[in-house]
Amino acid sequence: MFRRLPDPRTRAVHFTFEGENLTAQDGDSVAAALLAAGIGHSRTTPKSGAARAPYCMMGVCFECLVEIDGVANRQGCLVAVRDGMKVRRQLGAPGLPGAAAGEGSE
Amino acid sequence: MTRTDLAIIGAGPAGMEAAATAREVGLSVLLIDEQPEPGGQIWRAIERNATQRPESLAFLGPDYAAGSMRTDRFRASGAGYWPSAMVWHLDSPSEGEKTIIVAWDGVTRQVQARAVLIATGAMERPVPVPGWTLPGVMTIGAAQTMLKSSGLYPDAPLVLAGCGPLLLLFAAQCHAAGIPVAAVLDTTPPGAALRGLPHLPKALFGWRTLLKGRRLMRALARSGIPVYRQVQELEALGTERLKNVRFRSAGQSVSLEATALLLHEGVVPNPQLTRLIGCEHRWNSAQRCFHPVLSDRGETSVPGVFVAGDGGGIGGALAAEYAGRIAALEIAEELGAVNRPSGDIEIVKARDHLRAEMAVRPLLDALYPPPAWIGKLDGDVPVCRCEEVSARAVRGAAADGAPGPNQAKAFLRAGMGPCQGRMCGLTVTEILADAHGKEPDAIGYYRIRPPIKPVTVGELAALDGAD
Repeated sequence: MFRRLPDPRTRAVHFTFEGENLTAQDGDSVAAALLAAGIGHSRTTPKSGAARAPYCMMGVCFECLVEIDGVANRQGCLVAVRDGMKVRRQLGAPGLPGAAAGEGSE
Repeated sequence: MTRTDLAIIGAGPAGMEAAATAREVGLSVLLIDEQPEPGGQIWRAIERNATQRPESLAFLGPDYAAGSMRTDRFRASGAGYWPSAMVWHLDSPSEGEKTIIVAWDGVTRQVQARAVLIATGAMERPVPVPGWTLPGVMTIGAAQTMLKSSGLYPDAPLVLAGCGPLLLLFAAQCHAAGIPVAAVLDTTPPGAALRGLPHLPKALFGWRTLLKGRRLMRALARSGIPVYRQVQELEALGTERLKNVRFRSAGQSVSLEATALLLHEGVVPNPQLTRLIGCEHRWNSAQRCFHPVLSDRGETSVPGVFVAGDGGGIGGALAAEYAGRIAALEIAEELGAVNRPSGDIEIVKARDHLRAEMAVRPLLDALYPPPAWIGKLDGDVPVCRCEEVSARAVRGAAADGAPGPNQAKAFLRAGMGPCQGRMCGLTVTEILADAHGKEPDAIGYYRIRPPIKPVTVGELAALDGAD
């Protein structure tokens, strides 16, 4: 789904997604690393369970939410991928503070 | 707790220039940014590209390459810098110090600042066409970010759709980098050039911008990329992911295969922080977005909180730098900074430059008009991506008596998901304005509450203010 311009100088970064070993490049965000690895969707919606993938890549759409090293609700586009990271798909709405950040009381 | 004279949020053109200027006149400065590298969206990854991938500067272009000087200037300024830091609250009493709550490096920290500059810039206007939630559909800015940061580009066939300078720039960058573009779908409505004509004389002050625009249009024309004009009724089709793009152009229905569809309908101020502090906003009908009301010093209606750059109204990177400089000098004056003998002259010069940069905007707004169809939306198309609320449901809420977005939110949960209305806010306001036959100013916008970023249990537990 994504290709990379040739660049022999970058360093490979090894991480896992849903337990599967994947390789990214140094400088990739987690969201970019998943797209580069051909991961079709990185979360599902709480309401209908629809598959979603990153939309904005700049921190505003929250479609790139994933679980990173056991912590849910991480914005994958704002986190640099690191060796040994364990990334999981975010399914629905995890019950953590911030999952419905700013929820109104009206 | 960290104390500083000036806290700046956002390390793009406005924030970096403000930081460097404020340091020159002797203020202590802390710049907080959610990205790992300085430069903002326009100069994403400029430091890495300039040092490790200089060949990328050839296709990303001279305006991008010029970011190096800016990040160098910022790095040398002596300003404190917290990258990869999430601001999740800004408490801004009208008198006294402001408090910023930031998650940085796994710890929640409090920053006390005598003045705050919000330089959080723009975001791309969400483009709620049918199918826009399918994997494979992104914004042009998203793809450009991946190209700058990682050298990544979508597989063929790649379709670009929309209106505005960023679309032209990205098409030119793809072409220069050898990235195949299957088609450009130009959604500019007919007559835009004619409507732009009255704004041309004033816009000549911004001749550099005009020349760049002409260069980009010629590059697109010469590239051989098929361009469909006056595109309407754009739809992304597919079940699990994007397969096809369908639209009307010149009276014909066209369907194209696509692996990626990149959308762009201009940029709008990122409203989250200025809305959080409750400062006054006004609707800009030429750009179809709200922006915070600013004094000519750059101050919001909340004393001591300033905005510079696209977050205060769209003006582009150069305008953002001048506005950042003006705000920093005005703040220095207010705080009684010692080291500014020529400050007034500097402000006058920066204001002249800013005025010249802004002179081209009315023409650009006319040439690349914001989409009028968003306020007319109805039917199944999801406007709130997080809670999957359709345009029809928003109209239903209006019919049931919801006068504004906050009531619609209570009825429908629109704007209650993790993005907190960033993706649906403008659309919901526009649809309600249309349904009630009122101006968006009378309809208003979501009330934004803290935390404005997801906070973990660990980060909450670490909030003690004693670090």
